[in-house]
Amino acid sequence: MNASDLTAIQMREAMGKGDLCAREATEASLAAIDQTDAKVRAFLSTDAAAARRRAQEIDRRLKAGETPGLLAGVPVAVKDNMCTADGRATTCASRILEGWKAPYNAHVVERLLAEGAVIVGKTNLDEFAMGSSTENSGFEATCNPWDLNRVPGGSSGGSAAAVAARMVPVALGSDTGGSIRQPAALCGVVGLKPTYGRVSRYGLVAFASSLDQIGPFGRTVADAALVLQAIAGHDPRDSTSVAEPVPDYLARLEEPLEPLRIGVPKEFFGEGLDAQVERVVREALGVYERLGAELVELSLPHATDYAIAAYYIVATSEASSNLARYDGVHYGYRSSDHADMIDMYMRTRAEGFGDEVKRRIMLGTYALSAGYYDAYYKKALKVRRLIREDYEAAFKRVDVIVGPTSPTPAFRLGERTADPLAMYLSDVYTVSCNLAAIAGISIPAGFTKAGLPVGLQILGNVFSEEKLLRVARMYERETDWAARLPPVCEGRG
Amino acid sequence: MSAPELTPTIGLEVHMHLATRTKLFCGCEVAYDAPPNSRVCPVCLGLPGVLPVMNEKAVELAVRMALALGCTIPDLAKWDRKHYYYPDLPKNYQISQYDQPLGVGGFLEISVEGGVKRIGIIRVHLEEDAGKLMHDEGGGNSSVVDLNRTGTPLLEIVSEPDMNSPEEVRAYSTALRQLAVYLGVGHCNMQLGQMRFEPNISLRIGTGPDGKPRYTPIAEIKNLNSFRSVERAVAFEIARHREEYEADPQGYTLERLGKQTRGWIDDREVTFLQRSKEEAHDYRYFPEPDLVPFVPDRRWVDEIRASLPELPEARRRRFIEAYGLPEYDAGVLTADREVADFYETAARLCEDPKAASNWVMQDISRVLNERKVGMAGLPITPEALAELIRLVRAGTINRNIGTEVFDKMLESGRSALEIVEEESLAQTSDAGELEAIVEKVIADNPGPAEDYRGGKEKALGRLIGEAMKASGGKANPQLVKEILLKKLGG
Repeated sequence: MNASDLTAIQMREAMGKGDLCAREATEASLAAIDQTDAKVRAFLSTDAAAARRRAQEIDRRLKAGETPGLLAGVPVAVKDNMCTADGRATTCASRILEGWKAPYNAHVVERLLAEGAVIVGKTNLDEFAMGSSTENSGFEATCNPWDLNRVPGGSSGGSAAAVAARMVPVALGSDTGGSIRQPAALCGVVGLKPTYGRVSRYGLVAFASSLDQIGPFGRTVADAALVLQAIAGHDPRDSTSVAEPVPDYLARLEEPLEPLRIGVPKEFFGEGLDAQVERVVREALGVYERLGAELVELSLPHATDYAIAAYYIVATSEASSNLARYDGVHYGYRSSDHADMIDMYMRTRAEGFGDEVKRRIMLGTYALSAGYYDAYYKKALKVRRLIREDYEAAFKRVDVIVGPTSPTPAFRLGERTADPLAMYLSDVYTVSCNLAAIAGISIPAGFTKAGLPVGLQILGNVFSEEKLLRVARMYERETDWAARLPPVCEGRG
Repeated sequence: MSAPELTPTIGLEVHMHLATRTKLFCGCEVAYDAPPNSRVCPVCLGLPGVLPVMNEKAVELAVRMALALGCTIPDLAKWDRKHYYYPDLPKNYQISQYDQPLGVGGFLEISVEGGVKRIGIIRVHLEEDAGKLMHDEGGGNSSVVDLNRTGTPLLEIVSEPDMNSPEEVRAYSTALRQLAVYLGVGHCNMQLGQMRFEPNISLRIGTGPDGKPRYTPIAEIKNLNSFRSVERAVAFEIARHREEYEADPQGYTLERLGKQTRGWIDDREVTFLQRSKEEAHDYRYFPEPDLVPFVPDRRWVDEIRASLPELPEARRRRFIEAYGLPEYDAGVLTADREVADFYETAARLCEDPKAASNWVMQDISRVLNERKVGMAGLPITPEALAELIRLVRAGTINRNIGTEVFDKMLESGRSALEIVEEESLAQTSDAGELEAIVEKVIADNPGPAEDYRGGKEKALGRLIGEAMKASGGKANPQLVKEILLKKLGG
């Protein structure tokens, strides 16, 4: 058996028994990248030599009898909007940060390293995490391992594709409006967006500070739980990280949640939902019913149309501010051709940013302008409160809320690039979770006739990750979607 | 129709660096003499991915100042981002406080001719300072930036437009500095740029037909960094407004021209237009999502309030009433908290407040100036000074010997009493001894003695001086005078 087919949990077990070492796991990952990534293009950078050195160090430590960390010897990929001080660039897939090397590690990177992970590479994304297809990358588009003509979703498309194509068992992504869950759904893997404040954002290059949250990808629910265990917890460097204790996510993972009341919001099954996606999701709900869950029809009146509108005001406003620092003065790209300082600012930003980033900066700048602030930003905050109230009311009645993650399966490369609004609607079921600051997970729920994965989204109240994982695991145990191999992996050595 | 009276109406925004060890949102040391860009970290450099963490000491100092200014501390204060592009601001936004500051609605009392005037305080808020940009002096095209100052905690205090003259602006500025130093809130060293001023000036043009006051346009002068420059700039602006108004009484009004921003050229002592109303920045303020709002604990606020020392203006008035000091003395003694503390201890122990005032204002001040030290560097305690004053007061030594003893105390650290006893400096009041000295002085100085007898009263001083010299300075000058008068047949 090839080590790249193992989950992180299986790797831990094999290493515990002495059947596998970090070097072998790393070599398997590097070989899979070698064989597959020319087609998938999930990685923006890999450093095989550094990964090998790191794996040897982990093996030495394990041999010396050190307590293995949660991820000892496990190859991990990190979305390229998280800072790594290892001499690798941190680019956010933007020309404006091309070649920029962070002098410090993100909190999550520190945590991965402390738990013994081997970081094999940094993955592609929509520039500054703005997009739903990874086509907005300033460097290259990533392809969906299930159909190379289709997008992997986004913005964490590189991490989702790397896990789906079994180049790494687990990866980190960031989710501002669905950027973990939507690519997880389109690539047929598990993706978890934790409660806002559960994972420190220190070292995550900000897109929209009040919405951004880092979370794990894995092929199984248990792997997602394992990685979340490694990265969750309070960090004094992030004032918005919360001091809530971190439960042991794996301890009760196999225990079904009983009784289980599942909320099914009618707004998640409205116009625009692909028929095949709906069929898969209804079947998944049927599985839960058979397991004894009670399905409760409910309404989240503000959680779809209003949420998209509010999201694109809040997120773009914050982005216009967060991205002001990329001006060519202190670091990153600077236009070589400029008449004076203002001209340097303008040319640097005109040449360094891609179209979608510029579009959002302009939207956000407009929304925050004097005279428009109340009509846009302030109103969006009011809508945000209504959405939170929708969810608060719902979670008084049900344990979790279930629906589709994305209205459609993976779309073709180029299909929506000319129509930003169509692209924005890819996130119609995911953005409200970020606006409400609650937790959400997407798990594989089956395939369309064409063999494209469909994701099931499960939403839970704040700090309900343990519950979400258990509910996800209940379904996962009844199915074997994770065992299916994407075509791009077939015949791999 | 007679020309309306033009009343200068002036408000002041004051920025001061807080006396914290570290910056407002990171752990970098606040330093003024460090090599460029040596006190920086990813956070204050604004690198991608960093987040600010609030410095609680800075907030405590800000609340302390706000309370001393009589401000209300709201139940919730929040942080906002203020956007503008400039190379000394690495994030291209400044973390500040927009609509919910740390303190609102206070006042500061200042001394003006004919009494005390209360200047309203609109708000007190915290923000981060920017770096320093240095332009190529050689006429080249490049600039360099030093980010050591970036993120230094800056307290902004905004007054009501309650001042009416350059003198009042100066009095307010100095009172504010004194208060900050008194409270330990800031060092306010002007040379280091730790205190900066931005006055808003317009002239009130009587009242309009609607009964409301009318004004000339408001001019805000940026970045003045000395008491002198703020006073001169305000005086210049008052004169400029007056001229502009008189040249065009209909057009030169606030309604028509709004607010403009002006700069100050220090060596030429003139202001110049930087931005008119049309060019005003849109700072696009919005709540800082990386920081949680600050909810001051009421008990904590009360503790800070309880820990406030007596404030300079109140203390000045108390010194006048309780110790019978002249206004001048009280002002000088309360200008510095350590001086005031020293004085008060000495005055109570020696039971002669006026004498203590003279000693502190003359002898102690002289030593502090000569040695360029603060009270902490003075080798004399208020207790030791009080003993010396008591010796003079009791007539054990005279005032001149007192100064001599004071200098010996400084050098040796011995007490006044030890010095007087060991060096036999006690005043001679023995009548027999003094008579002998006086007789000898008269005999040795027949000229002055004759002059005095002939009506030249001045000559008496000369004779007293000779007698004092003959006694080695120890004679009781009052007794010497009496004996001389008797001997000269006065």
